[in-house]
Amino acid sequence: MQSTRRSPVVDVALQAGAMQTAQEQVDRSKILQRLRLGDIGFRWLTRCAAITVLIILSGIIISLVHGSWPALRAFGPSFLIDETWNPVTEKFGAIAPIYGTLVTSIIAMLIAVPVGLFIAMFLTELCPMWLRRPIGVAIELLAGIPSIIYGIWGLFVFAPFLQQHVQPSLISAFGHIPLLSTLFAGPPYGIGILTAGLILAIMVLPFITSISRDVFEAVPPVLKEAAYGLGCTTWEVARYVVLPFTRVGVIGGVMLGLGRALGETMAVTFVIGNAQRISGSILAPGTTISATIANEFTEAVGDLYTSSLIALGLILFVITFIVLAFARLLLMRLNARLGS
Amino acid sequence: MVMISGARSPLYAKRRRRNVAMMGFSFGATAFGLSWLVLILGVLLWKGFSGLSVAVFTEMTPPPGSAGGLLNPIMGSLIMTAIAVAIGTPLGMLAGTYMAEYGRYDKLSSVVRFINDILLSAPSIVVGLFIYEIMVAQMGHFSGWAGAVALAVIVVPVVVRTTEDMLTLVPDTLREAAASIGLPRSLMIRRVAYRAARAGMITGVLLAIARISGETAPLLFTALNNQFWSLNLNAPVSSLPVVIFQFALSPYKDWQNLAWTGALIITLAVLTLSIVARFLGSQSKSS
Repeated sequence: MQSTRRSPVVDVALQAGAMQTAQEQVDRSKILQRLRLGDIGFRWLTRCAAITVLIILSGIIISLVHGSWPALRAFGPSFLIDETWNPVTEKFGAIAPIYGTLVTSIIAMLIAVPVGLFIAMFLTELCPMWLRRPIGVAIELLAGIPSIIYGIWGLFVFAPFLQQHVQPSLISAFGHIPLLSTLFAGPPYGIGILTAGLILAIMVLPFITSISRDVFEAVPPVLKEAAYGLGCTTWEVARYVVLPFTRVGVIGGVMLGLGRALGETMAVTFVIGNAQRISGSILAPGTTISATIANEFTEAVGDLYTSSLIALGLILFVITFIVLAFARLLLMRLNARLGS
Repeated sequence: MVMISGARSPLYAKRRRRNVAMMGFSFGATAFGLSWLVLILGVLLWKGFSGLSVAVFTEMTPPPGSAGGLLNPIMGSLIMTAIAVAIGTPLGMLAGTYMAEYGRYDKLSSVVRFINDILLSAPSIVVGLFIYEIMVAQMGHFSGWAGAVALAVIVVPVVVRTTEDMLTLVPDTLREAAASIGLPRSLMIRRVAYRAARAGMITGVLLAIARISGETAPLLFTALNNQFWSLNLNAPVSSLPVVIFQFALSPYKDWQNLAWTGALIITLAVLTLSIVARFLGSQSKSS
């Protein structure tokens, strides 16, 4: 890139060799001076804006640490493993929301990852050309629907459906198998951990699909053609050529989806049931970090209560930061490899 | 697809069966994914349109048990979105400009790019907590300004990303031509590069608006909610997503119906914005 090293001031306005009076020369140097200042000013303005992005991130971290300090000092590390959440006695522990966050996200990923990969395979290998764009756009529209829509739909349509048709059969089907009977125990509430996980799965599906499709499309055709030439079936090409080649990118996309699932608030808050306890059954109501904050923050009285909720936010931010940073590093590595 | 005719050995049969099964799965998965879109939009249109009337756009949110509309939350959302875009867009565009034009390969840019990508998918409720800490807790009360700033924090990464991407697509020959006629660099960026990338940059802003118009979590404890008509940004301001949240979880049938109507309005707005953005985006890439 030679153009980035260009000298910032370039002669303008007057052509060399033109007749210049003393007055014109003064004007000319004034104009040049002004342009030079404008140039430096604009450069600094953009630089400051770029630095502002960093300031926003550090501001988030500092304010969360500052806000959660009273709770962290009062409860110490046991905040992370304590199950009590009692606003009356002002004793708070974060394990129940952390557990709910992780379990709902795991359920979501168990469903969304295979389905998303299969859709991406369909879009890149099987789908007729004229249908690719419409289906791709439709999947991306699914990503554009605001999360509160998923929430209200989950509460009024999806949860009653699960309660009446799916959960009773789950309970009777697994009720006699030792380990699964605890997992699917209890009355069918409709709302609960499983419902939240399923809604999250629908929400992250488009993210995983569109990233997987993009990385699948980046596989050099010659690799696939060579495999087909050897007599591989479409599935064998996808499984043994496309997937190994795009592994890093797929994992990056999955982590990105996981980051979304962990931090999602509104879709979960509607259907999780908001019960501050850990239950062995995934049909039981539970809570997640974001749902707890959304439900209780405005009603929190007392500094310790508020501070505990902010501490939950800090935990959520740390978890998602690690997941997202990992995802970005993987995707950056992939881009560097494809670019070279 | 290559079919080996006459191959009757069990291995071939097994491979073919597996292939057919997996292709069936991928077909089924696509139908499964698309059926959610149909189900969600179908219910939304059905429930939302049945409550849609002129009153929704002309009347205030009602107390439980009486009729009303969504005028104050619609206005609140529009105002806060406008302010958020007014704050976030210039900031994001300038930052994106630095990363694409001045420091495309320098260290600051790669750090900002990385952090920006994380902010892009960071949980929005954390942004709400951040603004609560720095604005609501300091000012002592919930306010529309806090809500608008929280939304602006979400706008910035979207605009940074698209601005940088779009400016990177501008061919260097345009920049070199501008420099060769003696244009200083800042003028070259504003008069040439911005103009070439304009459609893409507008796309970014539209996407950002689509993103924040459905955001609820950052508004819950910054702008809070307001049952009455209020344009005072120093006081709590009502917004469509927060009203949907409150009304949907209420036991009153009227409120729940209004929540569905509000959900329909938001979804139509968001989908329209993203379709327009996609249209502009595809134009800017092909030209």
